Amino acid sequence: MPEEVKASITGVVFEVLAKPGDRVGAGDPILVLESMKMEIPVEAPRAGIVREVKAKEGETVQEGDTVALLE
Amino acid sequence: MFKTVLVANRGEIARRVLRACRALGVRGVAVYSEADADWPHVMDADEAVLIGPAPARESYLNVERILEAARATRAEAIHPGYGFLSENWQFARACEEAGLAFIGPPWTVIRQMGEKVAARRLMASAGVPVVPGSDGPVKDLDEAQAAARALGYPVMLKASGGGGGIGMARAADAAQLTQSFPAAQRRAQAAFGVADLYLERFLEEARHIEVQVFGDRDGAVVHLHERECSIQRRHQKLVEETPAPGLAPDLKLRLTEAAVRGARAVGYVNAGTMEFLVDRGGGFYFLEMNTRLQVEHPVTEEVTALDLVQAQLRIAAGESLPWRQGEILPRGAAIECRIYAEDPGRNFLPSPGTITALALPRGEGIRVECGVAAGLTVSVHYDPLLAKLIAFGRDRAEALDRMGRALAEFAVEGVRTTLPFLRAVVGSDQFTRGNVHTQLVEQGAFNA
Repeated sequence: MPEEVKASITGVVFEVLAKPGDRVGAGDPILVLESMKMEIPVEAPRAGIVREVKAKEGETVQEGDTVALLE
Repeated sequence: MFKTVLVANRGEIARRVLRACRALGVRGVAVYSEADADWPHVMDADEAVLIGPAPARESYLNVERILEAARATRAEAIHPGYGFLSENWQFARACEEAGLAFIGPPWTVIRQMGEKVAARRLMASAGVPVVPGSDGPVKDLDEAQAAARALGYPVMLKASGGGGGIGMARAADAAQLTQSFPAAQRRAQAAFGVADLYLERFLEEARHIEVQVFGDRDGAVVHLHERECSIQRRHQKLVEETPAPGLAPDLKLRLTEAAVRGARAVGYVNAGTMEFLVDRGGGFYFLEMNTRLQVEHPVTEEVTALDLVQAQLRIAAGESLPWRQGEILPRGAAIECRIYAEDPGRNFLPSPGTITALALPRGEGIRVECGVAAGLTVSVHYDPLLAKLIAFGRDRAEALDRMGRALAEFAVEGVRTTLPFLRAVVGSDQFTRGNVHTQLVEQGAFNA
């Protein structure tokens, strides 16, 4: 069962740092959100392989939205 | 004086500038994005022009649309406020080329002071002490490591292209420097279009003290005394006050003299701020110059009883400085607290959302500069500053007492704000004693 990586805050996707197939460690940034002039990384909750990145650069995501899947 | 001025900003600062326009009998034009149609700054203006969609790049940072709005409303001058285009020399030059007065310094001065490495060199040559640092931008990590070894750790990585705390990172050792370098480059590139970084020695537990300066086209420069701004998170200010508590008179004299000397050296015109770090031994060092109106200008207004924004308009219209140095006599004390839509319980993460209720404090010595209203949505697209609360007193104790009561009365519902944190600061022994430095917040001095 892949794990859902959720946005910690509402913001605009500033930069996507990981792509499907990438191996990430716990705490590695998957993407960076921009909200109110601040950059906030969304980090992998555990080590794993990125299966899907659901958010695109420039897109607005709400707090709690799933932005990536990790397996 | 101008007949019409356009304010290229939003929120509390747009309202502040529009108020100064009204006081001078000037017609005030607001601009707004699609997200801001119902916002107070639009209501305050004599005329308002829609300039684009919510993202700042398409509206408040869109030079062409703003210049078009100025032409359409026959504005003769543009006040940029702070943030957005206020320190963008290309914008100031575009205003000049369009025959509009830019309410701020000449674009050449904005460019000079915006290039932080060159500004350091210029100040040093004018006899203003600067923080020991790399002579210029470092080419790569190897050069950064070499510079850091020469300076001694901890060091601060900074963007050459601009200030305001953006792209800044502290490194305690070579490993941290290696880790921080690429991210700082990326942030500098994104914010300023230049990835260049330089290094400064990090001064432990220093105070941030700045001096307000004003110049006119005849070359006169005065200072309006100092502000203490050490209570910061992410290198951005949360609480400011004047006078700086416990600042020795001879140190204050040297600071203000250096500030005026620095401003003269660049031919400064209009309102500006010389920022310094003051170390524990009483040494002081130039940090950067903000070539615009500061967020915290009201504390200076409260103790000097002068209107800085009206003075900005007058000087931009070609008048001489309205005051001589000897006439600028501060009295009493003033403190400002910034109410941001941020969650202090989650390391000041942004807290966008709809404001469901808003109660503003009142009373003797209390001033509120508020950009929002109940029912409005605080969007992800802009700076999270909602309001500024300023308390004035005959002395610091009275200002503190008034600030404490006003913070207790201030209520915002629907979004998280910095209010609980500000109450903790103002109620703390450390702040009450005036014993402050720039690392207090990160050291957890005000955690409940």
